[in-house]
Amino acid sequence: MSRARFDVKSYPGFVQLTVLCLLILYLPLMVVAVYSFNASASIVNWEGFSLRWYADVFTGPESAKFKLAARNSFIIAITAATVATAIATLAATAMIRGGRFRLRVLSLGLISLPLMVPEIVTAVATLIFFNTIGFERGTLTILLAHIAFCIPFAYLPISARMQGIEDTYEQAALDLYATKRQAFTRVLLPLMMPGIVSGYLLAFIISLDDFIITNFVKGAGVETLPTAIFGAVKQGLKPNIMAISTMLVGFSIIMVTVSYFVGKKDN
Amino acid sequence: MKNILKSTIAASALLAAAGAAQAEGKLAIYHWFEYIPQELLDKFAAEHDVEIVMDTYDSNEALLASLKAGAMGTYDVAVPGDYMVKIMAGEGLLDTIGEGELSNKGNIAPKWADPAFDPGRRHSIPYQWGSTSFMVNRDVYQGDINTTDILFNPPAELSGKINMLDSQGEVLAMASLHMGIPQCSTDREQLKALNDMLQEAKQHWASFNSDTAKEVLVSGDVAVGQIYDGFGAKARAEGANVEYAFPTQGYVVWMDNVVLLKDAPNRENALKFMDFLLEPENIAAVSNYARYGAGVTGAGEHMDPELATQPESNPPETAGAGVFIEVCDQQTQEVYDRIWTALKK
Amino acid sequence: MAGGAAGGGGTQGDTYKEARTWLLLPTWVTLSILVLVPVLLMLVYSFLTKEFRGGVIWEFTFAAYDQFFCDRGLFGDEPCSIEWTYLNIFWRSIWQAGLATILSLVIGFPTAYFIATRPARVRPLWVFLITIPYWVNLLIRTVSMRFMLREEGPLNNFLVWSGIADAPLQMINTNFAVQIGLFYSYLPFMVLPIYAAVERYNFSLSEAAADLYASKWTTLRRIVLPAVRPGVIAGCILVFVPSLGAFLAPDLLGGAKNFMIGSLIEEQFKGNAGNWPFGAAASMILLSMVLVILMIYARQQARAGGEER
Repeated sequence: MSRARFDVKSYPGFVQLTVLCLLILYLPLMVVAVYSFNASASIVNWEGFSLRWYADVFTGPESAKFKLAARNSFIIAITAATVATAIATLAATAMIRGGRFRLRVLSLGLISLPLMVPEIVTAVATLIFFNTIGFERGTLTILLAHIAFCIPFAYLPISARMQGIEDTYEQAALDLYATKRQAFTRVLLPLMMPGIVSGYLLAFIISLDDFIITNFVKGAGVETLPTAIFGAVKQGLKPNIMAISTMLVGFSIIMVTVSYFVGKKDN
Repeated sequence: MKNILKSTIAASALLAAAGAAQAEGKLAIYHWFEYIPQELLDKFAAEHDVEIVMDTYDSNEALLASLKAGAMGTYDVAVPGDYMVKIMAGEGLLDTIGEGELSNKGNIAPKWADPAFDPGRRHSIPYQWGSTSFMVNRDVYQGDINTTDILFNPPAELSGKINMLDSQGEVLAMASLHMGIPQCSTDREQLKALNDMLQEAKQHWASFNSDTAKEVLVSGDVAVGQIYDGFGAKARAEGANVEYAFPTQGYVVWMDNVVLLKDAPNRENALKFMDFLLEPENIAAVSNYARYGAGVTGAGEHMDPELATQPESNPPETAGAGVFIEVCDQQTQEVYDRIWTALKK
Repeated sequence: MAGGAAGGGGTQGDTYKEARTWLLLPTWVTLSILVLVPVLLMLVYSFLTKEFRGGVIWEFTFAAYDQFFCDRGLFGDEPCSIEWTYLNIFWRSIWQAGLATILSLVIGFPTAYFIATRPARVRPLWVFLITIPYWVNLLIRTVSMRFMLREEGPLNNFLVWSGIADAPLQMINTNFAVQIGLFYSYLPFMVLPIYAAVERYNFSLSEAAADLYASKWTTLRRIVLPAVRPGVIAGCILVFVPSLGAFLAPDLLGGAKNFMIGSLIEEQFKGNAGNWPFGAAASMILLSMVLVILMIYARQQARAGGEER
């Protein structure tokens, strides 16, 4: 390497641009986090450190609304992620451990469909669909829509993981007279766990964060956290929204960190 | 895996429980944003042991769009403005309130008991009434503000600092007043001129927003904002140096009404809620919160005395006439829809 | 997010060959009913007659597409001339999304390159740092950006305080704000695929070029860039496609004044317009555009794959 006339790996300005990139990514979130500790009711002036807006989120006049929205969000995210992960695990088994077959490409296309169709289009299509079949909009419509678009997100890490596991393990089990079901539940599934956990967390976060589709298919008075926040933000950014946002940021970071270390331990 | 399974079962159980809890004693309200005090809803909920869910919209047109987009049968009551009551009744979206079904119907102020948009109050009761005009930040502009030129042909210091309501009815009615033409004109020259005028005026506008109409004035993001009188009074109360204009060309007046929706899942509770809002004390609480007038006899006694004297509710001598928004026939309406789309493109 | 996301993906044995139909059945059923059928239904809706003030009448018509492409005057009775209103909205969306993509590339490429040239041990940490913001709700990120760009917001305060600007700049409610918002929303999508490509890049190629007296920037342009091109293209698509249909950034940062495709579609269902067939038609046109882009991409990938072999 030393024979090169210059270090081929570094370019002037790249470090600065990387710093700029991180600044752009983090600065708005940090500013909001800082202002969530502002004692003032105005978002413009800084009047000293206070936790009042965090208290406000839990006990203030809007707390009931946000608590209900948070409960809805978590119930929907847990359920959607679980169902989507189960479906995706089965699909991955067929796709990766099912040999080559004619419908394979088509199935792959179907699984990637929610990723390819722009979100606003999915939202419109789902609304039209529920409306045409006369399915009353409510929590259930949100849940169904979320399951659909969570499947590919759960599928990605699961299938990636399964590709990395050689089938010799199951073959060995089968040679030892295990049934295919046993080979699946006792050998393959435990080996796949890190992938399944990543897939589950990914689907969970995606569901928790969704706004556009939820906004189209939600029923009367059913709010999730994003729709409740959107409703509140439309009328102006208030400090209690900043507090909620900061808590969600913290929650997301914890989730991603957990999933990162689950993945790392595995390597 | 077992844990995941367990949490799913728990979640489904919660979901089912949530559904069951809502099944009895419920009332679903579809309402304007920031327009009813939470305490009043709590009071009704406590008095009648019902659980209230409320969704909000930000324009009459959005209310209609959403109801026609399959939301019928999910809400019990909504709060459309005058012209929208007429449209919704025409669309068959409203249920008829039977004779004697509202025990407080007699409380409706005589002035509002038989309005043109709902003769005999067969579908609705008065909620709040007020005007729509605009406010100007007096720190930025000191000249005469009582003219629609402020919105459509603004002086240089206000250009680019104007927020319009994201509401077709209000913007186009105001524009018609500015031009001095009827609201449902079929005269091609007038319509073309209206379209040209709006395209020109758009250059001076910063944004279309209804729900942030107050915030942008308070924060100083804009210097002029089209706004409802009571919402404007709140902006002033929050410390903005803004003044409500009563243009000599005229301004929009409106009345919002609580309507009984067809296929209301909780019709009984909806009627109870209407009766509740016809109690002078209760509707006055709305007025005190939203800063608009009420249409119920005797509500004045319970109102904040400042309401009667607030500048937003008291047009000066010079003010033009207040006009209601009119309902055009389909062919005419489609031309106005095109003008609006071209404006927002 | 789009395209090769689910990847070609090789198989790994055929242990569960017999069960594959059953294993795939839940996926087929769920996604067919909840995605495929709705999209086809939307196609049908785009050919239905709109009902005055929202809803549809089940009568076949081209009216929605006619409205999109044909300007028939204010009164709707002139012969068809090209309707620029919606084409302009689409053009504006393409342009805004394009600028956001270029901006992401300018910042994202050096970042990706820098990360990929760190010691292997710390690389995952850098990647982790880039991905964290993506996991924060897009709505919250857009709101934060709105707060940053306000007339009396932190950015303007900083600009005035540091003397870079004399007076606060009008940033919120402008096209610039929308571009910044889009760029900010999808920046990690640009960095990650490029990073993956640079990481696989064989740096001895650069050294060879340097030995042959190629300058630093020539090496980057002629050797590195072609080698990592698939990653760059993937990054551009991952930023461009979601930007194209974005709804939050134009609504919250652009003042809902200069429509983009997403806001146009939303308005047909939730806003003033209430024209369902038109909203469905606009959605179909957006979807076709995205699918064409993805198909070109897939073909390129296939060709690139062919060359490698």
